[in-house]
Amino acid sequence: MMDGSRRSFLKIGGLSVLGLSGVRVWNVFAATQEAGHEAAAEAAGALQWAMVIDMKKCWDYQEKQPCTDCMTACHGIHNVPEIADPKREIKWLWTDLYQHAFPTEGHEYPPAEAKGKPFLLLCNHCSNPPCVRVCPTQATFKRPEDGVVMMDFHRCIGCRYCMAGCPYGSRSFNWQDPRPFIKELNMQFPTRTKGVVEKCNFCAERLAKNLYPACVEVCKAKALTFGNLGDPTSPVRELLKQHYTIRRKNELGTGPNVYYIV
Amino acid sequence: MKIYDANKIIPGLLILVGLFTFPFLYNIGGAAPAPKPELPKEQKTCVQSLAFMKAGHMQLLNDWRDQVVRQANRVYVGLDGKEFNPSLQNTCMECHTSKVKFCDQCHNYAGVTPYCWDCHIAPKENQ
Ligand code: HEC
Ligand code: HEC
Ligand code: HEC
Repeated sequence: MMDGSRRSFLKIGGLSVLGLSGVRVWNVFAATQEAGHEAAAEAAGALQWAMVIDMKKCWDYQEKQPCTDCMTACHGIHNVPEIADPKREIKWLWTDLYQHAFPTEGHEYPPAEAKGKPFLLLCNHCSNPPCVRVCPTQATFKRPEDGVVMMDFHRCIGCRYCMAGCPYGSRSFNWQDPRPFIKELNMQFPTRTKGVVEKCNFCAERLAKNLYPACVEVCKAKALTFGNLGDPTSPVRELLKQHYTIRRKNELGTGPNVYYIV
Repeated sequence: MKIYDANKIIPGLLILVGLFTFPFLYNIGGAAPAPKPELPKEQKTCVQSLAFMKAGHMQLLNDWRDQVVRQANRVYVGLDGKEFNPSLQNTCMECHTSKVKFCDQCHNYAGVTPYCWDCHIAPKENQ
């Protein structure tokens, strides 16, 4: 009798554990399916700001004179500190070589046009942003209103998971107080402080006033085009129709919203 | 009755009592004066009623922060339907032009040091 009851206790116990874990497994599958639906709904035409960059226009312009207007404007209005040490630098808008920016593009003999040329880089405001997934405080999030990947600096705890998550190096960490490294403060915009991560905000504060991002506005070569990817008549969609474009590390499935005309 | 070593114990006791009561005696009549934040001269009203601001300006700032950063909404409707740009640097400090003579007056008194100014830039006087 004693033996029998222990046996049946173990049987029932084992079954219940199996049953409970089954529910969990089911939940996981259900959740993935839902996420898939959401992504599909988003693709259907909601507002998603995007940028198309024509590097050739930029390089052609720079044949005559070197130009850093976009980066100067961006870093100026957002109080981005100028720190030379590459381990501590803060960057919202910067350049890197083709082979670094597009390491998985093509083969080891890229066209002379692109090889060794600087490409303008910024946060891609991805449709499926890994930084948002890993942030434990929702300090970084994808704004449903316009698809901007925003940072709420008030919530950032400086854990840097997002930096590990971002495959584009678009995020920088403040290892020190940035203020001594800001030449001229823009009194209209806050700085950041030691211990928070920061990145390009697609000029959310300018978009709110119906202005283009600062980099787009100041570019004399007209190499940057900004618009709503969800609107088939927008200038970015027009360019995407006319040209062959590439995105950084497309194959990762992050859905970057910055396109490069090649 | 005789106290042994009275010449040491009695001064000792006096010093002890003195030490313990010193903070109280020192502050007699000298209660810290109530703070006198300097109010804007040109404007008559704040973004909300005076009573609301006194009690709830920190909550209001939190709401502004969330509506701007998280809800992408940069319009705040305040007292009498007046519209404001919900911004600490660009709105509060436009009217309250001195952090030292306004915010700090109360905050020093209340012993609060909001960390907002680590990032938000205080008016020029503070640099
Ligand atoms: C349009 C100008 C204006 C703006 C903008 C403004 N204030 Fe005021 N504020 C005033 C005036 C004027 C008073 C005095 C009101 C009165 O006496 O009824 C005041 C009063 C106050 C008080 C109460 C002071 C006291 O003596 O008890 C606080 C606190 C305050 N403001 C904080 C803020 C904060 C925080 C913001 C931004 C969220 C802000 N104010 C934005 C004009 C302004
Ligand atoms: C009338 C006095 C008074 C004035 C003027 C005033 N404050 Fe305050 N403030 C307080 C008090 C008191 C507290 C603390 C409330 C508490 O702890 O419950 C406080 C708290 C705060 C907090 C929350 C701080 C924390 O650590 O929780 C913020 C933010 C703040 N004030 C911002 C401002 C700003 C910005 C100004 C100037 C534009 C200002 N205050 C002017 C009295 C004032
Ligand atoms: C780590 C840096 C940091 C700290 C600390 C910080 N903020 Fe901010 N705050 C920002 C940034 C960056 C923005 C975004 C500004 C924008 O988009 O215009 C912002 C936006 C805001 C806004 C709305 C826009 C504006 O111009 O003001 C409010 C209100 C605000 N913060 C309030 C606060 C208050 C109150 C505190 C302190 C309790 C605080 N912040 C502390 C960085 C900070």
